[in-house]
Amino acid sequence: MDFHAPGTLADALAVKAAHPDALPIAGGTDVMVDLNFDRRRPPALIDLTRVGELRAFGADGAHLRIGAGVPYRQIIDQLAARAPGLALAARTIGSPQIRNRGTLGGNLGSASPAGDAHPPLLAAGAVVELASVRGTRTVPAAEFFTGPKRSVLAADELVTAVLLPVAPGPQQFAKVGTRTAMVIAVCSFAVALDPVARTVGTGIGSAGPTPLRATAAHDLPLPWDTAGPLDDDLVRRFGELVAAAARPIDDVRGTAAYRRHALGVLARRTLTWAWDDYRKGRA
Amino acid sequence: MTTTVSTTRGGVGDSALRPDGTLKVTGEFAFSSDLYADDMLWGATLRSPHPRALIRSVDIGAALALPGVYAVLTADDVPGERRYGLEVVDQPVLAGRSVRYQGEPVAIVAADHPETARRAVARITVDYEVLAPVTDPEAALAPGAPQVHEDADDDPRAGHSEPGPDQPLGTGNLTRHVPVRRGDPAATAPVVVAGRYEIGMQDQAFLGVESGLAVPAEDGGVDLYIATQWLHVDQKQVAACLGLPADKVRLTLAGVGGAFGAREDLSMQVHASMLALRTGRPVKMVYSREESFFGHVHRHPAVLHYEHGADTDGTLVYVRARIVLDGGAYTSSTPAVVANAATLGVGPYTVPNVAIDAYGVYTNNPPCGAMRGFGAVQACFAYESQMDALAAALGMDPVELRARNALTTGGLMPTGQLVEGPAPVAELLRRVRDLPPAPAGADFLPGGVANTTRGEGVVRGVGYAIGIKNVCFSEGFDDYSTARVRLEVINGRAVALVHTAAAEVGQGLVTVQQQIARTELGVDQVTVATADTRVGSAGSSSASRQTYMTGGAVRAACRLVADRVYARAGVPEGRLRDGAVLDASGAVVASLADVVGDDPIEQTTEYRHRPTSPLDPETGQGDAHVQYAFAAHRATVDVDVELGLVKVVEIATAQDVGKAVNPQAVVGQIQGGTAQGIGLALMEEIQVVDGLVRNPSFTDYLIPTILDMPPTRVDVLELADPHSPYGLRGVGEPPTISSTPAVVAAIRAATGRPLPRVPVRPEHIVG
Repeated sequence: MDFHAPGTLADALAVKAAHPDALPIAGGTDVMVDLNFDRRRPPALIDLTRVGELRAFGADGAHLRIGAGVPYRQIIDQLAARAPGLALAARTIGSPQIRNRGTLGGNLGSASPAGDAHPPLLAAGAVVELASVRGTRTVPAAEFFTGPKRSVLAADELVTAVLLPVAPGPQQFAKVGTRTAMVIAVCSFAVALDPVARTVGTGIGSAGPTPLRATAAHDLPLPWDTAGPLDDDLVRRFGELVAAAARPIDDVRGTAAYRRHALGVLARRTLTWAWDDYRKGRA
Repeated sequence: MTTTVSTTRGGVGDSALRPDGTLKVTGEFAFSSDLYADDMLWGATLRSPHPRALIRSVDIGAALALPGVYAVLTADDVPGERRYGLEVVDQPVLAGRSVRYQGEPVAIVAADHPETARRAVARITVDYEVLAPVTDPEAALAPGAPQVHEDADDDPRAGHSEPGPDQPLGTGNLTRHVPVRRGDPAATAPVVVAGRYEIGMQDQAFLGVESGLAVPAEDGGVDLYIATQWLHVDQKQVAACLGLPADKVRLTLAGVGGAFGAREDLSMQVHASMLALRTGRPVKMVYSREESFFGHVHRHPAVLHYEHGADTDGTLVYVRARIVLDGGAYTSSTPAVVANAATLGVGPYTVPNVAIDAYGVYTNNPPCGAMRGFGAVQACFAYESQMDALAAALGMDPVELRARNALTTGGLMPTGQLVEGPAPVAELLRRVRDLPPAPAGADFLPGGVANTTRGEGVVRGVGYAIGIKNVCFSEGFDDYSTARVRLEVINGRAVALVHTAAAEVGQGLVTVQQQIARTELGVDQVTVATADTRVGSAGSSSASRQTYMTGGAVRAACRLVADRVYARAGVPEGRLRDGAVLDASGAVVASLADVVGDDPIEQTTEYRHRPTSPLDPETGQGDAHVQYAFAAHRATVDVDVELGLVKVVEIATAQDVGKAVNPQAVVGQIQGGTAQGIGLALMEEIQVVDGLVRNPSFTDYLIPTILDMPPTRVDVLELADPHSPYGLRGVGEPPTISSTPAVVAAIRAATGRPLPRVPVRPEHIVG
């Protein structure tokens, strides 16, 4: 197996263009498992850990730009105010060691339906930046995933960054796992309130072939003007819309029926918490 | 006889430091997977993808043609006995005409690199005729069911482990039936509760995968460095399969990364030895984590039907039970597991009328055998669930109901065996009950950092359970251990060397051997030699028996050495303390170093516990067990009843250990065993569908993390057993047994759900 270790993004893209079947590796938290389990035998690896451009993050116009090589630890420690939903999700990933090594770009590159970082990206309306020697393009996170472990990423492209709208309102994330830590999601849910557009962004994880949105809940009629408490029926309705948007299956981690049920519970709870934050912000 | 235990530093009763502790914490300890030899080859195994199939042909040509491949061996290459087994010889070294479980070894390869070996394995072509697997143990017992072993080359025959050659073998898919009958099996009672309970397949989940190194020797034999639980039973089986006399198969214990029963059966021992003998080169084999799930036996899944009858005051009148244990494709330890489930099947209670039938069954599911708790775990979940159901039916406090029926010293087991030693069943229960309640606020809520609740849906529950376990080997098995102790003078100081074949599997046995030698010989410096087969058998590191048995052997050997010291010193009733020989009055007579001088004293001896008896095959009556051990648990849980997530808030436990030889190690065993029981209660299950394992990885076979393990309150009682060394009682298994039902009882208390199956999954709680 060949091993490429480019030092710049330009070099990395050139290597990827020259070796489209080479597998990029950053934290290695998915790639090394696949290699160790002999599920994957790529002819070459491209080590992205030396590419400084991928580890940068900061304001980029109206967006927060997070380099694909930024590890979860940094998202938790340094981006919780600007990307609260993503930071909550990052806290639930793996162990301290994995959060130190694993990266946002790696999560996207794997494109697992259970990727913990995906639902908050969908809920917040993030876009994914992809680059190749041909140029750079952006894809809405909701359109990035095309199937289980499949995405629009072309063979010569690398995920270079995620662009998040600066959070205009409260965000929440919750994940169900069958142990307290180091667990793949049975299901997960993210919500992002946009008081300016008066919309409810959603992201559903581990309950469909790709991360999903509950688009029918997008225009949920929340009492934005009064900022009054949420009506129970409205909260219940939200839970139903989220559960209905899921496309879960039975597998070793849980049943479809349980996932749908739990998503309804998570949706109700997280909406209520986010709305409480919105009300506090208005008070 | 009881002995006054001296106050020797690092002796019996002291929390002496483990000699392997620092190495393990710093990552420097050499485990069996770290073995290395110059010029060594790497072995790999081709395994069946099918749970049941006939093998039409195996084509190894393409594998042999691969550069770097030194040998590819199949069933036809097994030099000796083609099958092995602990209690029954029925498991092929390599599959011959058929495969009976997914993952069964079919061929082995030796190559110059593990990757080469893996590629060679992938180039072996096996032509299978796939058959419908037998997967339902109840159906497997039905007349006319397909026979898992119908195409075996030979009839099974008895192996070398308990319960030994006298046990009746089952027929067809029945590996063993143990009935227990006491009093009137048709007794009636005014209050009756009945239930069906189910246990999923738990894995031992040791961290050190199966691994070892086989080195061919000039005498035509082999030296095998191996992580195992019982060197001599491995030696017998390996030698038979290699067609060699036992003295040409020499085993040395390599660093063991956990065992819990999973290293009782052979894994790669014969394979690596065959490859080494064939190639003339050392051969190392290391299973991958996924392969490890197919490389060892698991805990028997079980279905248990129970009926309890009681008087209106709660006094038990009868217990009737039918217990079916799925043993999978090969016998392994199933017969002894069945005997435990049957003989311990009513729990630590006095019951006048008992009718229990326990069955072990062949299926094409993964083979099951020894795991911590060994048959007592499955029964305890059922009988303790029943005791709670009975308490509810009677409107009684569950602890008081248990205490009312508690076994006591002088009581009778359902086997008719008199309980001679301490049996503080009611006291252990009351001790955990009377502790202050768990703190109101837990460290965190169910779901932990996953942010699933801020208190919504969270309900607290408390549950209790107590269990019983036999210690040491049972049913008339000749159970012994051997120790060699040498006292010599090095640099002017008397020091001891202890040599046994007992496997240190992480439990702290090396430390215990040192402690005993310090106490008995009054020396500070005790070296424990690496365990190997140059000394007699120590028996298995299982059944909570090694401190009892090898501890007993070391003590006995030390006392023989001491007797020779006294003889040399001319002190008839001497004692040894702090490097000195004392007379009966306690006066120093001589220094030990002077008495030993340049003439070392060495003694080797065997230690046996009191003999046991076989069970009557019709009634299950007999003094089958050596010693009983008890532990009680109180579990406090917070349950998110809407999401079905559980946080164990606290575990309070009380256990009688007779004598805490190493108090810190005792607490470690109790905490570790409790964690394994929590795992079975909440998450640990090998999921098998149609004979296929769906989750052979630590990604989806979940074991508790440190965040799942709650704070524990551990109350250790030391009620001496009059028959055991220092009065000690086996420690390792009891905490695993009762923690599972205690946690489930607490979840039931919080949710009101029946929860008849473990592990409890979130969907069982939300319904």
